[in-house]
Amino acid sequence: MEVLFKYLFIVALITTIFSCKKDNYDPPSATLSGHLLYQGDTIHVERNAVHFQIYQYGFGRVGQISPDETFAQDGSYSALLFPGDYKITIPSGDGPFIWKQTASGTPDSLSVTVSGNQTADFEVTPYYMIRNAQIAAAGSNNITATCSLEKIINDANAKDVEYVALYVNNTQFVSGINNVVSASIAGADISDDNNVQLSVTVPSLVPAQNYVFARIGLKMVNVEDLIFSPLVKITF
Amino acid sequence: MKKIFSITTVLLLCIGVWSCKKDDSEFLNVQPTAFLTTDQVFSDPSLALSVLADLYNRQADFSSLDNGWASFADFSESFPSENGSTYIVQRTGWPFDTWGLNWYDSYTYIREINLFLARDSASTAFGENLKKRFYAEGRFLRAAFYFEMVKRYGGVPLVTSTLDYDYKGDVSSLQLPRAKESDIYDFVISECEAIKNDFVDETSGILLPTSVKSRATKGAALAMEARAALYAGSIAKYGALRTPAVSLPGGEVGIDASKATGYYTIALRAAEEIISGQAGAYSLYNIGGNLSDNFAALFLDKTSPETIYMEDFKVGGRTHAFTTNDQPYSLSEEGGDAGRLDPSLNLAEQYEKLDNTYAPFATTDASGKRIVYDNQLDIFDGRDARLAGTILLPGGTFKGGTVDISAGTYLPDGTTNSTGVGKDGPVNGLEFRTQTGFYIRKYLDPTVGAGKRGTGSAVAFIRYRYAEVLLNAAEAAFELGQPDKAAMYMNQVRARAGLTIPLTPAQITFDRIVHERRVELAFEGHYFYDMKRWRLAHIVWNGTPTTLSDLKSNIGSATQHSTQPWGLWPYRYNGTSQWVYIETKPSLVTGSNRFQFGNYYTAIGSDVIGANPKIVRQPNQ
Repeated sequence: MEVLFKYLFIVALITTIFSCKKDNYDPPSATLSGHLLYQGDTIHVERNAVHFQIYQYGFGRVGQISPDETFAQDGSYSALLFPGDYKITIPSGDGPFIWKQTASGTPDSLSVTVSGNQTADFEVTPYYMIRNAQIAAAGSNNITATCSLEKIINDANAKDVEYVALYVNNTQFVSGINNVVSASIAGADISDDNNVQLSVTVPSLVPAQNYVFARIGLKMVNVEDLIFSPLVKITF
Repeated sequence: MKKIFSITTVLLLCIGVWSCKKDDSEFLNVQPTAFLTTDQVFSDPSLALSVLADLYNRQADFSSLDNGWASFADFSESFPSENGSTYIVQRTGWPFDTWGLNWYDSYTYIREINLFLARDSASTAFGENLKKRFYAEGRFLRAAFYFEMVKRYGGVPLVTSTLDYDYKGDVSSLQLPRAKESDIYDFVISECEAIKNDFVDETSGILLPTSVKSRATKGAALAMEARAALYAGSIAKYGALRTPAVSLPGGEVGIDASKATGYYTIALRAAEEIISGQAGAYSLYNIGGNLSDNFAALFLDKTSPETIYMEDFKVGGRTHAFTTNDQPYSLSEEGGDAGRLDPSLNLAEQYEKLDNTYAPFATTDASGKRIVYDNQLDIFDGRDARLAGTILLPGGTFKGGTVDISAGTYLPDGTTNSTGVGKDGPVNGLEFRTQTGFYIRKYLDPTVGAGKRGTGSAVAFIRYRYAEVLLNAAEAAFELGQPDKAAMYMNQVRARAGLTIPLTPAQITFDRIVHERRVELAFEGHYFYDMKRWRLAHIVWNGTPTTLSDLKSNIGSATQHSTQPWGLWPYRYNGTSQWVYIETKPSLVTGSNRFQFGNYYTAIGSDVIGANPKIVRQPNQ
């Protein structure tokens, strides 16, 4: 009886050790990363708002490999993947830009072969670009901003400006939702696209801090996502 | 010996032959006792009815009494007073796959309806009228389900016959692409139109009376037709106006703006067929007495002439826990089980004053000083009767008891303390008591035992009622440029609520229609789909936190944003029996509703698209 237990124990031990080895795969280690770009300029967007999708081919099915991923607010993305062939795309109607489309009107995709660390940038055409954004402290608790708007798309897809807004937040995440104060100017009230001016008074922050983050956002009519200027840290 | 042997052989052979025959008929071919065959079921009307009952039982609802209290809880119309559900007010948006149906269960259900229809029409045992009624009911349920699908997903594959796999390894004939969104609405409308006169009595062959409410009738078919056409019309009109980006080139999502007038015309015609009595005599529930009590009783009285189609429950059979979950804590029949669904101030202040104007509840006077009320209910005086009919207010009564809602004591220097906190709260984070100052009254069942877990409530969930038909007619008439008619229909609903000064045709605006549906149909599963079809959802739930001034301004405006539920907390005034009120945002409310374009149509799972590549993805997600 005791011998039987001994053997059983050894068999169980061997099974455990070997099954452990067999069941485990190495985690994905190849990095795919990149940016949203327009002619070399990075497109800044809202965090968690503009999506991209990664598809993998070859296992008898065509499908997304994970739920939608989103771009960071500086327009960058990254994903840890297994080496292989992938396609990446941006869903239709997403983002403050036009992503290239196939002839049938569905979003096109980029083919990427991931092996080791790979960079793949999304070349998109924004409706507008915010140029020459200058955001600076004025006085003890004011912030003034100026920028110019460059209309990139002028054909039938052109969009009007709904508003331009200056957003200020106490953390580095700054958008229409994450802000402590904002100021906006409606598109119809902008007389000169090359000289848009905004200013806000920063309220007292709890807990107190002597710096804030700010950036300018531009909303277009019938486009959900805003395009932003680069983030600026302002110290009073 | 040889002779005996051969005789025995012959005998054995005979036995063998005969016994074979005998076995074949009586031994091997035994009728199964564990299930009924198709032929058996469809030769007996009561068996076929139980198949149909199962199909009825599996209808989909967005908010429903048997879907759980939380199906009523979102969108800042209420606060969830259950600590496990506070995520509802702490999230900052919804994943794109929220509000979906289980795709596989959905098409299983549609297949079973299609099978039912095929077997019913093949049956030779049913009388003509019975067959007709069963067939119409099956088609009604199928149309209703496609309506539920199209509200969530836009166009879906339209399967109207049973699809069978031939086991040859090629499934492409079973992979159907998505139909256009407008095709699904057209299907719902045409089905309703085709079957509306087939809901007949088995024996007499005349139309079913209006007392039939839990099975489909002509009234139910017309009400569904009106609602579906109205949805399609508003998606066509307001989709083009507010969200042209929410569309797909193949029309699976989005409806062409040129179709709007056609759909509104159908909606008005179908609604007016009910109003003119062609489906039987439906009318607004009005038994006299207190108007608020009348409005509350409408949802409790199963013989109400207002109810067109409902999901019924029965004590001893199938009951639900709505009353158990949502009854006032101090009057609970089940100890601590109570108080989960607390209507918000955002909703409460929408109920207008009797002179048809909007105003926030007066908590402070012009100088900013708190107004002191002698009675707790005084602040709610002179309001739409539906306020107290829908919401159990502080100082209100339920089952003869008064709810004890008090947040503490307010001192003349403007400070508050917790002396005299009521049994029903409100205290931040104290679950199962109200945390907004309000309890739900709609559907709350005063029957003894209804609040007990073991008994449950048998209050029915009304899917279609006459007041909604009137509002549908009003909206369709308004959109078709007939404000006189719109005012006439809307005023009927308002008069029942005590708003006896009629609105003039010039006062009927889009905002009025949005507002009227919100207050009349609160917690009936309409608000969410209304916001979606008017393409207001991304404006109303824009993600920015709701401040007190947001809350108190623009009441009655269709675009007033409502991203966080607020409460109205009553305080005892300085040790007296008087009361002051303070608008309070429950401290657990940390998120704010943000509805993205990608939320307009629920995502179809990648597993579904992977199995059927002909299904195109939703836009903006």
